[in-house]
Formats: sequence, structure tokens, C-alpha cells
Amino acid sequence: MVDLRTEIAGVRLRNPTMLASGFLDETGGSLVRVFRAGAGAVVTKSIGPEPREGYANPTVVELDAGLLNAVGLPNPGIEEFQQELKEALAGKAVIIGSVYGKDAAEYAKVASRMADAGVVAIEMNLSCPHAKGLGTEIAQSEEAVKEFTRAVKDAVDLPVFPKLSPNVADIASFALAAERGGADGIVAINTVKAMAISPELRMPILANRYGGLSGPAIRPIGVRAVYDIYEKVDIPVIGVGGVDSGIAALEYIMAGASAVQIGTALVGQGLGVFERVTKEMGSVLEDVGFKGVLEAVGVAHG
Amino acid sequence: MARMQVVLLLEIAKESHHTTTFRFRADFGGSAGQFVMVWIPHHDELPMALSYLGPVKGITVHAYGDATKAFLDFRPGDRIGVRGPYGNTFKLEGEKVLAVAGGTGMASVIAAIEAFAQQGAEVTTAVGARTAEELLFVDRASASGEVHVSTDDGTRGFHGFVPALAAKLMEKHKFDQILTCGPERMMKLVVDEARTRGVKVQASLERYMKCGIGICDACAFDDKLVCVDGPVFTGAQLASSRDFGTYRRSKDGRRVAL
Repeated sequence: MVDLRTEIAGVRLRNPTMLASGFLDETGGSLVRVFRAGAGAVVTKSIGPEPREGYANPTVVELDAGLLNAVGLPNPGIEEFQQELKEALAGKAVIIGSVYGKDAAEYAKVASRMADAGVVAIEMNLSCPHAKGLGTEIAQSEEAVKEFTRAVKDAVDLPVFPKLSPNVADIASFALAAERGGADGIVAINTVKAMAISPELRMPILANRYGGLSGPAIRPIGVRAVYDIYEKVDIPVIGVGGVDSGIAALEYIMAGASAVQIGTALVGQGLGVFERVTKEMGSVLEDVGFKGVLEAVGVAHG
Repeated sequence: MARMQVVLLLEIAKESHHTTTFRFRADFGGSAGQFVMVWIPHHDELPMALSYLGPVKGITVHAYGDATKAFLDFRPGDRIGVRGPYGNTFKLEGEKVLAVAGGTGMASVIAAIEAFAQQGAEVTTAVGARTAEELLFVDRASASGEVHVSTDDGTRGFHGFVPALAAKLMEKHKFDQILTCGPERMMKLVVDEARTRGVKVQASLERYMKCGIGICDACAFDDKLVCVDGPVFTGAQLASSRDFGTYRRSKDGRRVAL
């Protein structure tokens, strides 16, 4: 039996699959349901200090190779979200709280409330590619990534994982900036800035025009990003982008990730995807001679 | 994934002063109870039940918000986007069916009335509206079975709410199954009545949606999603629900009173 347990900055998980932020994670009921379906941990929707409705529809475009979205960070705000967290924690889910804000102080405030509620770690959404003034600019500045990470680290006694944008020339230097800000791990990648147009209607489909692409189309970009980050920093990496099978997850693991997140694959596979991916990782690892998933982390670097 | 199709509007039929049916051709299937996400360009994208199945599909829209009001200005030859069909379906269970529809809820129920009658079921319909002018698809339902009408103002048929009419019908006849769609508090009364009598019941729910495909959590209903686990829920599911008839989610995800 291959040991599929993993550990990221002291957070121990029963398996290396996590629910990616933005999917089925705005309500306590959904978080528990996904955890019970087999995810090692569940990351919440990105929560800010105040309620936010997000963008007008269309917010989602289904594509052959993935999903384009500009949902626009809808969330009930951290105070209202406490009740959802309480329900999720009562259901024994392992929860990572995703936070955003318009400045470092807001990130720190929301993270601190998340910590009070009992999450095991904080993910910082530094890189939502389509929400104006909420992450995009931060994600484009190494100095801001470092400063924001530091502010959150100072506010909580939990591991902090900044989630980085691939929409930069050199993602590894941003990972380094986060590490210097005190990050305990790196989540990579957020969605890739993208657009879809209706030729019949001569206009972009998303109400926000621009969105973020996820799913299999971006997996090679994510795997490359994790590979680059692993070379540059000493903290663990969580890989995300197009994981829809055990093989895909192992690409990330061997590039250097200690765990993976899954989101878009839920559309085609439903909640069974976490168990399926975990099981397949086990059989492939056994097949190629590994005793545990942690043994395989980063082996592609030779 | 289900790619959005941009389709031409064919016929447009005014059903009442606030409700209009738009027909279009789309090369995807669709069963009774299912919905499509409808992109009204420049305005919004909204979930809408298929009121006509088959190759020339239909949606029946109550103009109550900015986008649905703007939709009224669309003409045959204009284009909209549609993707789907999404969600589960009404399921025929037994021989004698009572369909209970309130207001625009008839848009979803009519497809089941026609489909179940075609499958050989004996379908009775109780359809209600605020006033006679707003009654929907009475002729279509009559072609599939017996129809009873109620209006809140008494301008046609039973003077009162449709759940009271449905209760009277349930008192008089033994049905194998009840289907319902309409305002949620109306459906709650119908579901409670059916459950009290031990009759199977299915209700089609409506919630605000963004994705329609089970990822965004906007349509969370208890620990389920209206878009993929519904929109049709059984009486057994609804009996243990905390949200049914009581709560919905606002656009920012807060649980608010219906």
C-alpha cells in the first residue's frame, strides 16, 4: 500500500487532494460535502471584509479545454461567513481559509477572523485576474506580495500560503518574494487571464469581458510554474491547474508540489473526482516504485 | 462541457401582460423539468425552465427584473445565447398525476404535463395565477388532461390560492404523484399537503445562479445545489430541508429569508 498522506508546513492531510478555492466553498454544507467526498482539505471561497455580489452574468463560459470565469469574488463577507465556517468545522472538515482584501490590513483582518474560527491554514488570493483593485495589482508587484504576506503572517499563528498568478513573466521570483515575507508554502497557479468572444454577437461573452481560464488547458503552464518555484524556494508548494486524474496530479507532485488542488474537474466528474484522483495516484506510484507520495515530490528535477 | 450556442429567436408569443414565450432551435436535448442558462446579450444570463421540448425549444419569461424586461424588446431574428440543458427532471411515478402550478411555475410544469400524458399517465392540472389574464398554458394542459383553474382575485375558476384548490382535488381523488412549481411558499403548502396524505411529490425550485454547472455554490440549498442536484427535489428531500420555503441565498452568498 502506498502511503498517500502528505504534509504541508505542518498541516497533515489524509491525501494530497484539496478543493480549489472558488468551487463549492461558499457554504458550510458544501464544504462538508466535498470533504466527505474525499478531499484531503477544502479551501474556502475567497472571503473579504464585506459582502460582495460579484459580477453580472455571464460569469462562466464552458470551453472544450477548460472553463473561463469572471465571477468577481462574490462572498458574504467574513462576519457572515463565520456561521458557514462553524457548520463546516462541526462537520469535521479540514479547512483552509482563502482571503482577499484591498490592502494588507484587510487581508490581515480577514485572516485573523478565519484563524479565530478554526481553519488550519490561510490561503491568500493574491492573484484573482479579473477583479479590479482586488489582487491583480498586488500579484504584479513582488514588493506587494512580500508586504501582504508579512502582514498576514503577523496577524495569525497559522501557516500562510499565498496563491500566485501565472500572469507574470517569472512566477518563481514572486514565490521568492512571498517566502521572504514569511510564507509557509506557495499555491500555484491561479487562473490564466483569458477571453472568449461570440462571433455571432460580436462581443466578449463574459460581462466582465476578461476572465480567468482553468482546467486541462492550463495544466502544462501550472506544472512549469511549480517546477520553477520548486527550484527557487525552500517552502512547500501546492499545485493547482487542470488536475483531473492521478497522472495529472503526479505531474504536479513530481514538479515539486506536496499536494494538489482540484476545481474545474468537478464539472465533468462530480464529487467523486477526489477519491478517483487519490486512488489513481496510489496505483501509479506503486507501479513506478514509490512507497509514499512524499517520496515522489520534486523527483522530476533529478 | 456544454458550449454556449448563440441561436436566433424564431416565434415570440405574448402569454400575458408580463409573460412572454421565446422559441428557438438548439441542437441539444432536454427533458421535462430541465433548464437552460439564457444569455440576454448586454444584460444578464439567467436560468430558465424549458417550456417547450423538442427541436424548437421554448422559454417562458416573466419580466420582473431589468434583464427580463429588456428581453421583451427582442424580436424574431435577434440572437441570444443558450447553454444546457442542465439539472435533473420530473420523473413519472404511477398512473394518476396531479400537476400544481402557480404563476410562471407553469413554464416548468407544462413540459412534464405533456410528457407524462404522452407516456400514458392520467394527468390532472391545477393551475393558479393572481388574475385570469395571467393564467399560463391552460389550453396546452387541457389537451393533456383535466384542468382546474384558480385565481387569487376570483376572475376565473376557484377563488383563492392554488394549494387550496390542489388540496380539494387531493381530497376528492387518489393521486399516485404530485408535481409542483411556483412561488416557494406555495410549493411548501403543496408538498406538506401531499406528504400529510402520503402521496409522492416532486417540486422544482428556483434559485439565483451563476454557473449552472455545479461549481459556484450560488444556488446552495441545504448541502445541495439546485443546478445539479435539482431543480427537482422529492418530498422526502424537502421534508428534512432547513432552507425549503424559508431561506434563499443572496447574490453575495448570505442566507436570507425568502
